[in-house]
Amino acid sequence: MAIIRDMIPDFDLFQPASVDDALALLAEHGREAWVLAGGLDSYDWFKDRIKRPKVVVDLGGVAELNGIREVEGGLEIGAMTTLTEIVRDARVRSQYPLLADAAEHVATPQIRNQGTLGGNAAQDTRCWYYRSGWPCYRAGGNTCYASAPKAMNREHCIIGRSRCVAVNPSDTAPALIALDAKMIVRNERRPNVYDAEDFFIGPSTDITRMTVMKPGDLLTQIHIPAAWANANFYYEKIRDRGSWDFQLVSVAAAFQVSGGTISGARIAVNGVAPYPLRLEAVERMVIGTEGDEAVATEAGELSVLGARPLRHNDYKIPMMRNLVRRAIRSAV
Amino acid sequence: MTLQPPAGLATLSAMSSTSEIVRLTVNGDNHAVGVPTHFTLLETLRYVLGLTGSKQGCDKGDCGACTVLVDGQPTLACLTPVWEAEGKQVLTVEGLATVDGPHPLQDAFDVHGAAQCGFCTPGILCSAAALLQRSPRPTRVEIQEALAGNLCRCTGYTKIYDAIEAAAVAQAGDGSSQAAG
Repeated sequence: MAIIRDMIPDFDLFQPASVDDALALLAEHGREAWVLAGGLDSYDWFKDRIKRPKVVVDLGGVAELNGIREVEGGLEIGAMTTLTEIVRDARVRSQYPLLADAAEHVATPQIRNQGTLGGNAAQDTRCWYYRSGWPCYRAGGNTCYASAPKAMNREHCIIGRSRCVAVNPSDTAPALIALDAKMIVRNERRPNVYDAEDFFIGPSTDITRMTVMKPGDLLTQIHIPAAWANANFYYEKIRDRGSWDFQLVSVAAAFQVSGGTISGARIAVNGVAPYPLRLEAVERMVIGTEGDEAVATEAGELSVLGARPLRHNDYKIPMMRNLVRRAIRSAV
Repeated sequence: MTLQPPAGLATLSAMSSTSEIVRLTVNGDNHAVGVPTHFTLLETLRYVLGLTGSKQGCDKGDCGACTVLVDGQPTLACLTPVWEAEGKQVLTVEGLATVDGPHPLQDAFDVHGAAQCGFCTPGILCSAAALLQRSPRPTRVEIQEALAGNLCRCTGYTKIYDAIEAAAVAQAGDGSSQAAG
């Protein structure tokens, strides 16, 4: 279909200076409103004229959404904090290097300078049928082009499909799950706090959304609990080229070790399901072990049980198995 | 003062019912520009201010040819709403040189043959200027990481890395710390 670039449909711009004002605007305009954070993904959508919001609420002037603060029980990161600020923050680097590592794997230096943690976590899927404006289930239509017999689906999911087979593209999302982060989502009525793993939803919950957030909701802060500070971390992202790319498969893991055995573990994989996938069965299996080669191999096998590849993405099964195995090997 | 976009943009701006007066500081000059609300910083630089050094390549954040420095940080002008640059210092490739001559990076790119078609060069110069500002004697790995968001399809990057290393030496040698912004 013809795409006219560089011709962004007109919108009304609102630039609130406080979270309360932003929430009032989002409540007033409901589905018509688009929340603009770093603007990278937003302007891509707008230029393709596939998303045509009537109202844009720019968070650039909401100072209370910026910055990293030490609070009781951990770190509180404003949703508008840029990925570069996270990568360079001494507290993040020393206590939660998993998050700095994940943030540093996002795209390019320019994109990390502009992109925000909130925007990276809440971003939409990259399925190119959906991104190109095809009327798929996720876009409100009645088919999935990516799972059709001749579809190009090399980057799509092997687990958790439900009509839609797109994957979550966020590099920071699995790290937030491994760190047991809490996502603070506000609307005009009340704040809600979600565990990171519950913040992300799959198509069986709502095929049109990637997260729990509905119109009127705003992700304001991300709380990183101290419980996992200074744990043993592992992050690895496999992508087609060394820069820019979204993951094919990535893994983020946190391990607590006492007396040579794993006493706590949180492991999440992204790029394999429509949501970042926490591997609770693998966590239970490795706790109490020394994370040796036999355990790592078994963990890798367990992680891919039930995986169902599409026509072009069966490579993701050994890739996920190996990443999980490497994560476990690194634990002790 | 009312500023009109150039004639070529008449159709574009006619489509837009809303426009903004945006105050920008570009290469040290203050401007008040009247632009449609949806204009990017790049469209404003190129089509309103006539600063065509910053290139419109992919226009979606893939190529880095539009890279400018906003408050010293390499930024994709094509994905920056123009109003996000208000109150900040914007530096484009046109602002790198001073009255005393080209920026050391520009000299080094010339001497080392670091540009072929040249389309990526303005963005790469901006990324490199920010790097030298932050890290005056960068390692080659640091240079590679700093340019990870700038695509060059001609040079294979080697001469670009050589030029940036030479510029770092030249800058350190003459004792000046030429500011990037």
